[in-house]
Amino acid sequence: MTEVGKARKRKEDRRLLTGHTQWTDNLRQPGMLHVMFLRSPMAHARITRVDVSAARDLPGVVAAFGGQDFAAEQGSLPCAWPVSEDIVIPDHPPMAVSEVRYVGEAVACVVATDHYLAADALEAIEVDYEPLPAVLDMNEALAPDSPKVHEAGNQAYTVKITSGDVEAAFRDAPVVIDRTYIQQRLIPSAMEPRAVLAGTDGDSFTLWSSTQIPHVLRVMLAVVTGIPEHKIRVIAPDVGGGFGSKLQVTAEEVLCLLLTKRLGKPVKWTESRSEGNLTVHHGRDQIQHLRLAAEADGRIRGLQVELLADMGAYLMLVTPGIPMLGASMFNAIYKMDAYEFGCTGVFTTKMPTDAYRGAGRPEATYGIERVMDELAAELRLDPLEVRRRNWIKHDEFPYTTISGLTYDSGNYEAATDKAMALFGYDKLRAEQADRRDRGDPVQLGIGVSTFTEMCGLAPSRMLGAANYGAGGWEHGSVRMLPTGKVEVITGTSPHGQGHATAWSQITADALGVPFEDITVLHGDTAIAHKGMDTYGSRSLTVGGIAVLKACDKVKDKARKLASHLLECAPDDLEFAEGVFKVKGTDSQKTIQELAYAAFTAHDLPEGVEAGLDSDATFDPENYSFPHGTHLCAVEVDTETGMAKIRSYVAVDDVGAVVNPLIVEGQIHGGIAQGVAQALYEEAVYDSEGNLLTTTMADYLLPTAMDLPDFVTDRTETPATSNPLGAKGVGEAGTIASTPAVVNAIVDALRPRGIHDIQMPCTPERIWRALR
Amino acid sequence: MIPAQFDYVRAGSLGEAVQELAADEDAKVLAGGQSLLPLLRLRLAYPSKLVDVGRLPELTGVHDRGDHVFIGAMATHDEVLRSGVVNADCPLVAQATATVADPAVRHRGTFGGSLAHCDPAGDLPAVVLALEGVFVARSAEGEREIPAAEFFVDYLESALGPGEVLVGVRLPKLGAGWGYHYEKFHRTAQSWATVGVAAAVKRSNGAIEEARIGLTNMGPTPVRARVVETALRGMQMGDDVRRACEEAAAGTSPPSDLHAQPDYRRHLARVLTHRAILHAAGSP
Repeated sequence: MTEVGKARKRKEDRRLLTGHTQWTDNLRQPGMLHVMFLRSPMAHARITRVDVSAARDLPGVVAAFGGQDFAAEQGSLPCAWPVSEDIVIPDHPPMAVSEVRYVGEAVACVVATDHYLAADALEAIEVDYEPLPAVLDMNEALAPDSPKVHEAGNQAYTVKITSGDVEAAFRDAPVVIDRTYIQQRLIPSAMEPRAVLAGTDGDSFTLWSSTQIPHVLRVMLAVVTGIPEHKIRVIAPDVGGGFGSKLQVTAEEVLCLLLTKRLGKPVKWTESRSEGNLTVHHGRDQIQHLRLAAEADGRIRGLQVELLADMGAYLMLVTPGIPMLGASMFNAIYKMDAYEFGCTGVFTTKMPTDAYRGAGRPEATYGIERVMDELAAELRLDPLEVRRRNWIKHDEFPYTTISGLTYDSGNYEAATDKAMALFGYDKLRAEQADRRDRGDPVQLGIGVSTFTEMCGLAPSRMLGAANYGAGGWEHGSVRMLPTGKVEVITGTSPHGQGHATAWSQITADALGVPFEDITVLHGDTAIAHKGMDTYGSRSLTVGGIAVLKACDKVKDKARKLASHLLECAPDDLEFAEGVFKVKGTDSQKTIQELAYAAFTAHDLPEGVEAGLDSDATFDPENYSFPHGTHLCAVEVDTETGMAKIRSYVAVDDVGAVVNPLIVEGQIHGGIAQGVAQALYEEAVYDSEGNLLTTTMADYLLPTAMDLPDFVTDRTETPATSNPLGAKGVGEAGTIASTPAVVNAIVDALRPRGIHDIQMPCTPERIWRALR
Repeated sequence: MIPAQFDYVRAGSLGEAVQELAADEDAKVLAGGQSLLPLLRLRLAYPSKLVDVGRLPELTGVHDRGDHVFIGAMATHDEVLRSGVVNADCPLVAQATATVADPAVRHRGTFGGSLAHCDPAGDLPAVVLALEGVFVARSAEGEREIPAAEFFVDYLESALGPGEVLVGVRLPKLGAGWGYHYEKFHRTAQSWATVGVAAAVKRSNGAIEEARIGLTNMGPTPVRARVVETALRGMQMGDDVRRACEEAAAGTSPPSDLHAQPDYRRHLARVLTHRAILHAAGSP
């Protein structure tokens, strides 16, 4: 009965797809009130007056407050990752009190008996602003005479990391590629908007939130509000996606908690899509300057990276750390003698940035994979050939890279060979040449991305060394019930990933129990009493392993019990398919029988406690390093500038696979999201700091109609850092696909003297480049 | 959706609908809701009252009326798409309708609603303009006909008066020898046209006898590419057609937005007009 590796349909899906979900917005509590927030229409201004009295007098309105009303108790939203000595972490009040620093910042709120009345009442609140200059451009923000976002200035932090002799690498280098790329600002667009419901029994508090991080949130809510941690329970019910945007401690969560405390009644807030575009933390937004020195044969000597990273107006939970997740990734799969990484975090009067699918790694991968194509073009080499000459060879693993990470395993040759065959690489190159010769108005481009990423966040000691405010372990608990059924409790907090299915598969194999006999519990701090939650492709490689370890402990206990009951030495027992058998005899006990025996406790061996259950945590020794080769063919209509993906091949190596269907889904969704950055998505602020992309008519997301069939396949090089050999898959597609698409577009246009198109590569931008 | 407060009336008859509208100048007609409801949701519109015309028999259906097709204002895009007479005699309407948003929108959104909304980025206004359709409107004073050339007054503004309801649109059957094409350029399948070109071309003896070209999103209203139409008259297919289409943007005032600036829209109008003409003329 091998469950791991089986393409099981997800046990969550029946409920999710038939409307039996419990989204936070579906939840009702007796006497529940509705909260709405009034948001700043100004990018930067002093608040001189907030008058909520007219709103308070409207029918159905229970209360209305301005920032001053929370000033004494609202604390400051946390930043858990002070990445440098020089970092400036400004005070970040959940509701602005005296100054607003981005459009959308909450300045007042209304609590009413229904949300229609609350929305009407918002219009009756009067706020006077004294405008201050908006700060929008990172380079201008760093100029000495720039207006300041915060008293301390616009520089949030600086980091410099050097490895090897960079100067020597660039001195007399036969080839130097020098490029600047812009990682545009993106808006994570989870299907389920954020929602919060907070309730109290007068003494303790329960907060339901559409969050990825119930455990982290609970700790942080206690720290921020001063409500004792043991009086707070956080529940993440069904959560409809996050992509990192719900890896946050938000103003609305804190304020709803304070409101329920103040009013003694449950309060609920659900954002609209437009409100979310303004106030869900944004992603990316970097200016990347890369310099790469190489030999004439294409071998890399050294790489210099200098980033400007837009923090937005405040540092939120891991805002400053996002670029740092890319700091060790720009060197990617390539060998080199020297590497330098510098980053300056910059404050602007925009929504803060923070984790968005890939978080730092897509940015790094984009930079290096674009530059590798430029190197190939400079040397008139095939882009895959340049990569081959530089990548770590299969027989060189484990390999410690120039940035100091040790890649435990990988096989870039195998993934690339497989991808080329599936793609029909040589045939497409021939077609490309033919179209160029004919001067076809529709040109063909081929894009390459041979990526890796660091997943499995994270070894706690490494997080400590990076000055991150928490550990990276995960918790799992397995309990066999008296009837032989199994409950698995996980500290991960799935919001679309299918943990209930995957963890059941792991447990079914480990304990030899039927898949159907297992329930996975998660997302409630009163049930899953410890955990580090879900982000950074960590759930399987850390949380799944914790479950596996808990299963091992259950099995160990069951073995002791079986040896006692069967009157043999523990080593005389063999375990298979849920049955302990005395070797060479018919004498046996099923694990279900043992669970019942442990429950009745009528006859337990010395020192064995009642119940067949266990707790385990897993803290990985190293990150894991999924990799893969993505190839993309794009047709560019040179008359209109429209770039259309014709074919896309992804060969990913995510190590051992628990459920191929889930992996496939992650890769498909990931590619779509990366393609979206390449072609469609961009958060646009105008010259006064107003967000222009507040609806999906302006912030374009592709749908299935806009995407080709993806051809996906895998190679399987197991990770050595965990017993399953799994590496993580949640972000791979997003990381790999963006440079593959843009490389293809630039490849199509290169004969026209074009070596970059700024993302998103809109038809208009391509047309202007062609003119 | 959390709109501001409004009253709602479901009209039992066309006469009642017209009376409700005449009595309250801040009342709005609710058809399929695919344009109006987003405006309400974003609180960009504050109508005092919505007059729902969804169940009025006079406004429904697609009808073959001999020399013309009458499409009721409340016919959904999906009904139009599945109509035999539209596909046979007004294929340009079917082509353009097929590009409207997505199936969910096409099942709720209505032919008349999208025309009366007068969004120059909508696909149908340019089509009806090119086909020289006639709008039939009803008010308390009675029924009147409005030629397409006079219907689209300004951005989101039609020739319909405050107390007037669009009943339907009469589309002439142009007959034999005509070819049609709607060329839509948009960034995603569900987004509005950056630019669209509706072309109807009649050929005789190989040459273009007559061409009618409607442009989507090239100004505050849909516009005809008259300069090109005139130039194409009597022209043989070939390089001359391409040159003629270079004038497609003449006299237009295209908008600037996040998807395109005016010069790019003008360029697109030229390229797309040429493509639309080639397709409509049957020689792409």
